[in-house]
Amino acid sequence: MLTPMIPEIGHFALIIALLMAALQATVPLAGAATRRPLWMAYARPMAAGQFLFLIVAYACLTASFLLDDFSVATVAENSNSLLPWYYKASAVWGNHEGSVLLWSLILGAWTFAVSRFSRELPRDMLARVLGVMGLVSTGFLTFVLITSNPFARLLPNPPADGVDLNPLLQDVGLIIHPPMLYMGYVGFSVVFAFAIAALLGGRLDAAWTRWARSWTNVAWAFLSVGIALGSWWAYYELGWGGWWFWDPVENASLLPWLAGTALIHSLAVTEKRGAFKSWTVLLAISTFSLSLMGTFLVRSGVLTSVHAFANDPSRGLFILVLLGITVGASLLLFALRAPRVSQRAGFTWLSRDALLLVNNILLVIMTVTVLLGTVYPLLLDALNLGKISVGPPYFNTLFVPLTVILCLFMGLGPLSNWKRTRARELARRVWLAGAAALVIGLLAPLVYGGEWNLKVTLGLVAALWVVLPLVRDLWDKSRHSEGRLAGLRRLSLAHWGMVLGHLGLAVTIVGVTVVSNYAVERNVRMAVGDSVEVAGYTFAMTDLGHRRGPNYVADAARLEVRRGDSERSFAMTPEKRVYLARGMPMTDVALRPGLFRDLYVAMGEDLGDGSWALRIQVKPFVRWLWLGALLMALGGVLAVIDRRYRRAATAPDPERHVREVNA
Amino acid sequence: MKRRLLLLLPLAGFLVLTVFLYRGLSINPAERDSALVERPFPAFSLTTLGDPGRTLDDSLMQGQVTLVNVWGEWCPTCKQEMPQLLELADRGVRLVGVDYKDTREKGREFLAEFGNPFEVSLFDPEGSLGFDLGVYGAPESFLVDAEGVIRYHHTGYISPRDVEQVILPEVTKWQD
Repeated sequence: MLTPMIPEIGHFALIIALLMAALQATVPLAGAATRRPLWMAYARPMAAGQFLFLIVAYACLTASFLLDDFSVATVAENSNSLLPWYYKASAVWGNHEGSVLLWSLILGAWTFAVSRFSRELPRDMLARVLGVMGLVSTGFLTFVLITSNPFARLLPNPPADGVDLNPLLQDVGLIIHPPMLYMGYVGFSVVFAFAIAALLGGRLDAAWTRWARSWTNVAWAFLSVGIALGSWWAYYELGWGGWWFWDPVENASLLPWLAGTALIHSLAVTEKRGAFKSWTVLLAISTFSLSLMGTFLVRSGVLTSVHAFANDPSRGLFILVLLGITVGASLLLFALRAPRVSQRAGFTWLSRDALLLVNNILLVIMTVTVLLGTVYPLLLDALNLGKISVGPPYFNTLFVPLTVILCLFMGLGPLSNWKRTRARELARRVWLAGAAALVIGLLAPLVYGGEWNLKVTLGLVAALWVVLPLVRDLWDKSRHSEGRLAGLRRLSLAHWGMVLGHLGLAVTIVGVTVVSNYAVERNVRMAVGDSVEVAGYTFAMTDLGHRRGPNYVADAARLEVRRGDSERSFAMTPEKRVYLARGMPMTDVALRPGLFRDLYVAMGEDLGDGSWALRIQVKPFVRWLWLGALLMALGGVLAVIDRRYRRAATAPDPERHVREVNA
Repeated sequence: MKRRLLLLLPLAGFLVLTVFLYRGLSINPAERDSALVERPFPAFSLTTLGDPGRTLDDSLMQGQVTLVNVWGEWCPTCKQEMPQLLELADRGVRLVGVDYKDTREKGREFLAEFGNPFEVSLFDPEGSLGFDLGVYGAPESFLVDAEGVIRYHHTGYISPRDVEQVILPEVTKWQD
């Protein structure tokens, strides 16, 4: 029987994957440096082999979880025989060891994808790109094997049952959140590898950006979805109805997203106009570095050790060394090889180039703001200046105004021309949109909330100012002899991608604005038969009882909810669960989602005498937060589909003003 | 040449950050604890959360074993910790709260909503007492003996398990 050996097979596969990664890193890079085709040709088969063995290792770990092999330490600490099978499978990444293995697997997948889809790349370029990715992978697999071996055994006396997966993680949102996030984090390794390869090869023209753009868009789209899922999960699972806490783990995912957003715009400028070359390279390095740093912050426990998990300090040191080598070497390479001459790209201060530059700078400022807020407590502590915690006030005070300024420029960007835009022409095209945004922004709080509110107006004007000029632009662009529809159809998918991306941001801003200002929260004491009215809804408690789940027991309430005097009512059933294995209490929120408002009921405390403390919230427009993120991600994907189509068609692109003659 | 130096800036910035991250790694929370434990509770003079006119000082910690809990309305983990604190209070442990970097209004709402296990809550909007205690964030708890000496420091969330296995045994130990 092979079953008892599964963890050993997985361990062995992981070692083979590391060896292949090492070969993939060294041989092709040496080959590219010495122009040996045979050496360069190592890259693709090694990428495939590494990926295959990572799949084997990952499958073995999953099998250990599914088969309840509690002799494996990771399984014993994070699973339980009572756990449903799908949580057993997702428990694989609900812990440190498994999640770094998933990280490595995803890196293997991206590497493999690059090796498949980049056949038209020059041989030395592909060798370098895969080599760099191999280097990253070698570092990570070494880390996994030395400090975080997921297959470590508890022999000879394995426990009879496991500790169970943290109940907070027993949830659908958490099944897909980490893989999405990692797809984003790790996906930025591709553009990083392209940038490093371009630096190594000394070919810092616009060519590398053309290849790297689609990969970056996809990674960015995944990261957007990942962040949104995390926020959604926090919203319904933690039981407070909050959707963003500015905690270090969230910031760690926001940082590469902000830098990545700057990067996808900067890549566009470099590809189309040949400008910002060094800047784009630096952003590519920074984005992936921030992904790595996010991994470091979360995995080393530097910021959370006191309040979350006790971590092995050797792990933190290992990741720090890894981070130091990767980022330090890249930035050194950048300093040595970045284009020597700053070429005059030739654009005036009112042009799409300039507006994109401004937005890039703003995004970088936002990144630095969040980064400082995240590591500031650490800096002070290291300087012996005391220990402080930076709370949401810091972030909100700086981040919100920066976002409004960003929107100001976003409204103008898409309507301006490359190189030079005439101020009068631009004003003619946006004045109506601007006026409409102002009027709606001023009136909407009066209509919706009954009184004027500066914050709401600011948020809505910013969001509308992003969207309305785009609408105006579509109106102008759709002018066509065969009618508007034909005109719209003529627009490229990449253009629609941009429109969706910007629309998504606006939708998110509307969501943030409305829910932050108009959410209603009531804390009430309720027993069976009591009813309470919150924001036009009547909540009546009809039942209170106990319930038993697969691995928990729960107090469950049942509420009949109706809107105003409406005939129709619906039921909401919040629960207070206690998970048996860990004895951990959990609030299971009852949610009634809607596009324009969510109803949210959470059970608080048993107050004795048959009544419970309940938290009832009405959260208007909260869905828009995540809807916006999905639109943004969809925009990123559309732009990629378009690019591939155009490459296949090889038709000359009328939009491209400057074409680099290079291949 | 000037431009080349400019290009070195990102590297320099990163190196500085790395040094700090390294220092961060070597700061061991356990050592931090040993520095606080066995020391008298820091001197303070703060108003109470409930009454801005009532000022208390460190004599509050004398005479009885007290669990001092640092919390804030802004801290989600504190909300999860409240049931355990209520249970401790039920079982006769004297609790004093420190409402850390909060507003009076929000702090009161918090207690109204989640229950109030504290004999009294000190109001520390500037975080001055928190600073003297070396608080990283919230929640953190300090067990102070009848002589006003800190005997145990708990960083982070007190889980239901901690109540039984850590806090209550510590309380019993220092009561004798």
